[in-house]
Amino acid sequence: MADKIATRAAYGKALVALGETDDSIVVLDADLSGSTMTKEFGVEYPERFFNMGIAEANMIGVSAGLATCGKKPFANSFAIFSAGRVWEQIRNSVAYPKLNVKIVGSHGGLSVGEDGATHQCIEDFAIMRAIPNMMVLCPCDANEMTQAVKALVDYNGPAYLRLGRLAVESVTDTVEGYQFEIGKGAVLKDGADVTIVAVGLMVQMALKASEILSEEGISARVVDMHTIKPIDGELLAKCAKETGAIVTTEEHNVLGGLGGAVAEYVSENCPVPVVRHGVYDEFGRSGKAESVLHAFGLSPEEIAEKAREAIGKK
Amino acid sequence: MNPLNKHDLEIVATKGRLLGLDMVFGCASGHLGGSYSSMDILATLYFNVMRNLNTEDTTANNRDRFVMSKGHCTPGLYPVLAQRGFFLEDALETFRHVDGHMSGHAEMCHVSGVDMSTGSLGQGFSVAVGMAMAGKMSNEDYRVYALLGDGELAEGQIWEACMSASKYKLDNLCAIVDVNGLQIDGKTSDVMPTEPLDKKFEAFGFHVLKIDGHNYDEIEAAFEKAKENKNAPTVILANTVKGKGVSFMEHNPGWHGKPPNEEQYKQAREEILAKLTALEGQNNG
Repeated sequence: MADKIATRAAYGKALVALGETDDSIVVLDADLSGSTMTKEFGVEYPERFFNMGIAEANMIGVSAGLATCGKKPFANSFAIFSAGRVWEQIRNSVAYPKLNVKIVGSHGGLSVGEDGATHQCIEDFAIMRAIPNMMVLCPCDANEMTQAVKALVDYNGPAYLRLGRLAVESVTDTVEGYQFEIGKGAVLKDGADVTIVAVGLMVQMALKASEILSEEGISARVVDMHTIKPIDGELLAKCAKETGAIVTTEEHNVLGGLGGAVAEYVSENCPVPVVRHGVYDEFGRSGKAESVLHAFGLSPEEIAEKAREAIGKK
Repeated sequence: MNPLNKHDLEIVATKGRLLGLDMVFGCASGHLGGSYSSMDILATLYFNVMRNLNTEDTTANNRDRFVMSKGHCTPGLYPVLAQRGFFLEDALETFRHVDGHMSGHAEMCHVSGVDMSTGSLGQGFSVAVGMAMAGKMSNEDYRVYALLGDGELAEGQIWEACMSASKYKLDNLCAIVDVNGLQIDGKTSDVMPTEPLDKKFEAFGFHVLKIDGHNYDEIEAAFEKAKENKNAPTVILANTVKGKGVSFMEHNPGWHGKPPNEEQYKQAREEILAKLTALEGQNNG
């Protein structure tokens, strides 16, 4: 198995690589460039890197202004700040005028770890998804992130991209025929009894959950839903029809994120039991990332339990 | 386009006030007070100061740009854009109507000539900073203008933007503060004092110019002076009268965002029309 790589690290590398051929890419950070991994871009292309200081609201507005002049700004901070602190700036100065600004939220979810609840953003999918014109992405591994950043550079419009702090296993690069496409979920493992729709580092856990279930004779399909908005309704309808039950799993509040998006689509278009797994509407706390995830039930075992529950509701 | 003389600028501004009045009366909502206090500045900017404006190609990269950070002052901005030729004056009749695109706050996707959508106070100036940074990066010599309200300066984001404008030495950026001293809830000095503005902007690294915002000579001279300032952004603190041009609206915070009733509309129209008739009767110059 390849070494574990954090999606934020893959993001930083992808920016540097893409910056070489596209000089309209500009990167802004708010005094966290060592953590968001944009620092290297600043070293390579200092004339296109702007450290805006601890002033996220201005960073979003400046990005909007750069976008009106044909630049392709990537605005970076921790998810709690880049999505949370400046939600209204994003809504009014970026999304409403449909400007080509990429909002990047690093350190999403509970796996921030030791910094604790103030920095563990579990609401970004929900609040970004609620804004018209916004696209919401959260790739699960380095390979997917690399392809996603390329796709975002080619996409002309507002988008939110969540990155993870924790180094994670690569899972998509061993899937035959895997090709990242915005808005198209990827079936990483086929199955017939239930579909586990996962995002971010829960994709790796969902694959492990499917192994646990397999030992019990349960065949679980695993969908990597890297794009939360627009949600891949076509794939959801297919999974609903073919497996008859769906579990969603995310490193996010179960309210309004992936679970919300899937439940909305499935209940309106192809109703089958949907069980949401994630953070159950409570704040996180300090601890080693792995132990915090475990303490909040973000584990393959819990996903497997939710899958049994979903099958029981058929 | 040749620059206008003072007399013709005053005609543009006065006609702008008339068009703005009709807009607000027509939909029974909108913001006249701050539109009128900034009308003389807007007329001067769009007719005599901003370069490479092209009504056929409104996104030309070499054009000077304007951000109405106090985005509610569309009854000031839209009439000036119409007179400058970006769209027909008839379009103003759809202001704030659901079946038109003349949005209540400045909107760039549908209103020709608007460089940025604004309306949520405190955000527009950051966008102007971004535009100026892009100009520096691309070695374009366009200039960026942003109009701010003095009440708006209570927003912390304005001062974040000031720090970055100073850090990046944006001498292609010129802010104008419409210092009319009033906001929705009353006097700015009571609601949240923002003075002393000159000292604050100086401390943030700006060249500071102070003018009478209704004196065309002073307005134009300040914009010229701003162009000569190097290595730092300029702010023009323009002392103005909220509601300027209609006697009963002047100096009255009640006219921040209130439409006139039938009687008030008639009186305001008479006052502005009298001024316009007098101006048009005078010898040009």
